[in-house]
Amino acid sequence: MSQDQDIPSIGGGFHATHATGKADPHQPDSFAFDAESEAQIAKIVARYPEGKQASAVIPLLYLVQRQMRRQTGSAWVPRAGMDAVAARLGMPPIRVYEVATFYLMFNTRPIGTHHLQVCGTTPCWLRGSDEVLRACKDAGELKGYGDTSADGMFTLTEVECLGGCVNAPILQVDDDYYEDLDYESTVRLIEALKRGEKPQPGSVIGRQTSAPEGGPLTLLDVPGSQGTEKV
Amino acid sequence: MAKVTVDGIEVEVPSGASVLQACEAAGKEIPRFCYHERLSVAGNCRMCLVEVEKAPKPVASCSYPVADGMKVFTDTPMVRNGRRGVMEFLLINHPLDCPICDQGGECDLQDQAVAYGMDKGRYTEGKRAVKDKYVGPLIKTIMNRCIHCTRCVRFAQEVAGVPELGATGRGESMEIGTYIEKALTTELSGNLIDICPVGALTSRPYAFVARPWELARTDSVDVLDALGAPITISTRGTEILRIEPREHDDINEEWLGDRSRFSGDGLRRKRLDRPWIRRDGKLVPATWREAVGHVAATLRGQRVGALAGPTAEVEGLFALRKLLEGMGSANLDCRGDGARLDASRRDFYLFNSTIAGIDQADRIVVIGSNPRVEAPVLNARIRKRWNQGGPRVGVIGPKVDLTYPSEVIGRSPQDIAGAAEFLQGAERPMVILGRGALARADGAAVLAAAWELTRAAGGLRPDWHGFNVLHQFGGQVGALDAGFRAGLDLEAMLAGGVDALWLMAADDFDVARIPAGMFVVYQGHHGDAAAARADVILPGAAYVEKDGTYVNTEGRVQRGYLAIQPPGEAKEDWRIIRATAAGLGVPLGFDSLEELRAALLAEAPLFGRIGSAPPAGCADAAGPAAGGPLSPEAFALPITNYWQAEPISRASATMAECARTYGATQKLLAAE
Repeated sequence: MSQDQDIPSIGGGFHATHATGKADPHQPDSFAFDAESEAQIAKIVARYPEGKQASAVIPLLYLVQRQMRRQTGSAWVPRAGMDAVAARLGMPPIRVYEVATFYLMFNTRPIGTHHLQVCGTTPCWLRGSDEVLRACKDAGELKGYGDTSADGMFTLTEVECLGGCVNAPILQVDDDYYEDLDYESTVRLIEALKRGEKPQPGSVIGRQTSAPEGGPLTLLDVPGSQGTEKV
Repeated sequence: MAKVTVDGIEVEVPSGASVLQACEAAGKEIPRFCYHERLSVAGNCRMCLVEVEKAPKPVASCSYPVADGMKVFTDTPMVRNGRRGVMEFLLINHPLDCPICDQGGECDLQDQAVAYGMDKGRYTEGKRAVKDKYVGPLIKTIMNRCIHCTRCVRFAQEVAGVPELGATGRGESMEIGTYIEKALTTELSGNLIDICPVGALTSRPYAFVARPWELARTDSVDVLDALGAPITISTRGTEILRIEPREHDDINEEWLGDRSRFSGDGLRRKRLDRPWIRRDGKLVPATWREAVGHVAATLRGQRVGALAGPTAEVEGLFALRKLLEGMGSANLDCRGDGARLDASRRDFYLFNSTIAGIDQADRIVVIGSNPRVEAPVLNARIRKRWNQGGPRVGVIGPKVDLTYPSEVIGRSPQDIAGAAEFLQGAERPMVILGRGALARADGAAVLAAAWELTRAAGGLRPDWHGFNVLHQFGGQVGALDAGFRAGLDLEAMLAGGVDALWLMAADDFDVARIPAGMFVVYQGHHGDAAAARADVILPGAAYVEKDGTYVNTEGRVQRGYLAIQPPGEAKEDWRIIRATAAGLGVPLGFDSLEELRAALLAEAPLFGRIGSAPPAGCADAAGPAAGGPLSPEAFALPITNYWQAEPISRASATMAECARTYGATQKLLAAE
């Protein structure tokens, strides 16, 4: 709807001041893309043909979430951010709200500095995701799923399959996967995060990609491969 | 075309039609929730399952295109089982609260559960609970009942043009709503009640009022805007309980504006239910005999003028005209708003392209009008046309949000001629001239200029008439057709050309302009501004309380029927005039409504063509007389408060709440 009209939309002469949404104390009043986001937006929007800019809604919502992490330390998508995306892509705001609330990767409420996402789907669960969860609770001082620690350091979320079943159990911290965890390694990981360190993502037992523990067991005779050297 | 066999019945449907449409063509009823003829296809309720030969599983017929030679079965064990399964899933989270649900008795889910539901549920887990949403003062939401058909979402986006409803969340947490709590910014929100197949969206004013089987239904015509939408008035005893649209493809499709639908409570409030006579400066109650006697005694030998109100019916106006003609004092006007209409030819004041004709227009210029508030359903029709890849719309006047893109191509009457450039090359150009654009000093010139614009754009052809006047209320065209334009006009009457003024439910002008000492008879139904100025009040009937003929803005003659009796001592309008005529000794030539109508028809045969619009096309491109210079003064819009635009809605508490909700309060006019 254009902003330059003489007459407010509804009823022929009424000022549309009727939004009765209750103020959420967390919600910032406004959101503006910063220079870093703007540079990304230019690239993302250019991927889609003219008139199909709405296709960029998911990448742009991610940008909002990243920018919020840069600016506030909490990676989430405030309503003002959704409105900014809607305005940028020429979509009705509700269409952006629908997308943002559909995908659980978008946090519509503020979260802690680190987002601990425990995979609880069958392979991870069989391989000990309960232990990972217990470690998160103990080391992160969290009561359970959905909780944010008192110091604002961690938010704990249960997620469905992260697609890393070979290296189960998995804990996703913000955008990175930590794999092959058990109670002790998870505690070590969280303690490191508390100290402000960022441990190397991936398998914590040194597994090579998705190869078996301790190294490859097949295709050992392929010339030049790592396996041949070891034998 | 594709040949499809449905249960052994061979039908031919256009290629691209859905299986559901083919089934309907074969006369087979297909249950459905999400599918709606006038909305896009969603295909998410899965209730319309049918079996198609060689298809491995049941198909959702609403979103499955037909193919030539396709064999469809609508009543096989596979179909019945499929639908039963769908119904069971739908009922998992649907509360069993039909006894306290306002949709009860007219609920699609209830009806179809009778056909496809089980006698008991197998679901023992907890049902989900959803918080109710606030979407405005007219819609009550009980979101537990929602089955997520998304009809409301599609209606808001496609028809109303306010994409404010959506489905947020996912799976079990999916909810229909606005996300940010707000009232929907549309004048068509009442239609959500009709399209919701369950009791999730119901009428707030009608909540817990009645059951459908208690209601008596009367067909009538809406007069609160000039579209003349056919309506059904539901009554119980002496009360109007609700007003709903009837389907008419050429007028309203199946929509109705909020003012027309929800003003019903205004018919119970601030009513004139007995005659009043002003004595010593104060209005005092009187009997009919006294009032009519007083009017007859005062009017005898006087110069009398009459003004027809915007919602008066043709019969009453005809009677009043006959009375004044009989008195030899036929000063008649029906333009309280001062619109300088030319009544010399009918197509000078009609919406000649017809409402259905909008579907063919490829370029539209709107002059001095905001169709969104003057006729919301007509505006939705233009939006529909725009949705089909249709016309560019240019506006001469204030920039308003019409719910579809429009360009401002001018501000004042002097810009009208320039719009020819905008219409250039249009196959079927439409010029929509708001009645409000004529209610100004250069109105006659505006009328001539708009006609000339249409002519220049090639819009006046035997096969297409592109000149359209958009009126504001349902009685305005009828009054012109009934010859309510003779002798002195309102200006001259108010300037002292008459000694007495007869107001026929006319409240649409500034009554302060009536000179002191002029004898004013107010015949009408609501105690609005004009009644307060009257010397005699003759209580008449509102549009739901009389049999009456109305003509809509496109010139379609329609008839409304009496749904309830007028309150108190109020009477049908033609009877009041008949009684006054008897008091004055003026023979009118009729004693019953039938005789009146016969006399009316003898004079103006067009009132006999009930239901049909005048033939399309323009036979004579000669325009109305030019009326002086065009002013550079910008157009102003006539209606600034959609919800309280005439006496009935001004008396309505529901409409007052709407006006409050949507941000402003209108100073209500004091009733006597």
